[in-house]
Amino acid sequence: MTLLFGHLIDLLLAVSLTVLAWRLLATSDLFKATVLFIAFGLLMALAWVRLDAPDLALAEAVIGAGITGVLLLTALRHLDSGARVARMSGRSGRRSLRVLLPALGIMPALLVLLCLSSPHIRSTAGLTASVIERLDQIGTDHPVTAVLLDFRAYDTLLETAVLLLAVVAVWSLHPVRPIFSPEPISPAQRGLLRLLLPVLIMTSLYLFWRGSHAPGGAFQAGALLAAGLLLLLLSEQRLPGRWSGMFLRLLLAGGFMIFLLVAAGALVGTGTLLDYPGGGASWLLLSIEAALSLSIAALLATAVIGGRPSDRSTEFPPRRKDPAGEEG
Amino acid sequence: MFLRDATTCLLLLAAASFFLAGLVGLLRFPDVFCRLHALTKADNLGLGLVCIALIIQADSWHGAVRLLLTWFLVLVSGATVAHLIARKALQQGQTPWRNR
Repeated sequence: MTLLFGHLIDLLLAVSLTVLAWRLLATSDLFKATVLFIAFGLLMALAWVRLDAPDLALAEAVIGAGITGVLLLTALRHLDSGARVARMSGRSGRRSLRVLLPALGIMPALLVLLCLSSPHIRSTAGLTASVIERLDQIGTDHPVTAVLLDFRAYDTLLETAVLLLAVVAVWSLHPVRPIFSPEPISPAQRGLLRLLLPVLIMTSLYLFWRGSHAPGGAFQAGALLAAGLLLLLLSEQRLPGRWSGMFLRLLLAGGFMIFLLVAAGALVGTGTLLDYPGGGASWLLLSIEAALSLSIAALLATAVIGGRPSDRSTEFPPRRKDPAGEEG
Repeated sequence: MFLRDATTCLLLLAAASFFLAGLVGLLRFPDVFCRLHALTKADNLGLGLVCIALIIQADSWHGAVRLLLTWFLVLVSGATVAHLIARKALQQGQTPWRNR
């Protein structure tokens, strides 16, 4: 009975994910597509929960649905209203529909097959056994953290580099512009901020601490911290100009730099890149994770702000002067 | 044991009805303000009932506290977001719907 319900929920999730994905790709209204994307992210997080991957579910819920959603919505604000509705002739729309319909028909059949065979898939657990076998050689008890920071540390190192590069690319496009509307913010929003910010910081620290033995870790903690920073931004909080110079840049690059330093140190010490001395001491992994969390939080929040800080006398992001004077 | 499960089932069914009503309201109501009204009922009462139903099943007190905390956070943020959306709609000059 429980198994049947499980399959039913899986099927429902898979079908709604497919339909949502198609709808968000097919719509010509960018705002609608963004909202659908956020809904898609939330359902995707549920799908990860169903697949017994709480680490990914946490990351998907915070980054995929939350922060990417805000990122897309603020990017949408910068577009002029003409560009918001992408030009899409009715004909090409209909043609894509004709291609998609058979695909949509095949999908459920495939999904049913997958669902029926899913116990079989779960029984062949891939690399789990060999990871758990080697867990005692590493300074962490949680297999996912071990994989992320040790077994495939090279990938994680390059992922942080990609995040850093993304912000560098955003900064090279244009100087920062005021991002939110000039209307005074509601006192209720300030109250919410006062209530949620401590909770967010605490949850972030908790996830960070948990990362060494249970689902959680640097990425999730950093993303939650970024959510807190975004709440601050939405409530008109600013980084003072004198902090938006070297301090901000160090914060952004810190995670990658420290990771790279450890990797290079391992190269000098043991002769292999990222081969931690002593199989990865826990304090080493912990310091990488701490730097990564802070950097990821700063990187995600700066990506949402979009645009490099202009000079040290203005705050980052700058305040909107008055509705008429900000056109330039 | 049976009583516990039965109470959970009843509470979950009640929650489902609130969610359904909220959904119908969201789809059918004429303007933003009415839709927000329908949505908050689903969020606050529906989720509250789900939380109570699960607290009955929780095997430790910290599990129960976590559920209560979840409800509380959704209540606070849901109420604030509804207020912000309604405020923005009013600023944009949308007038509340009236049945003439």
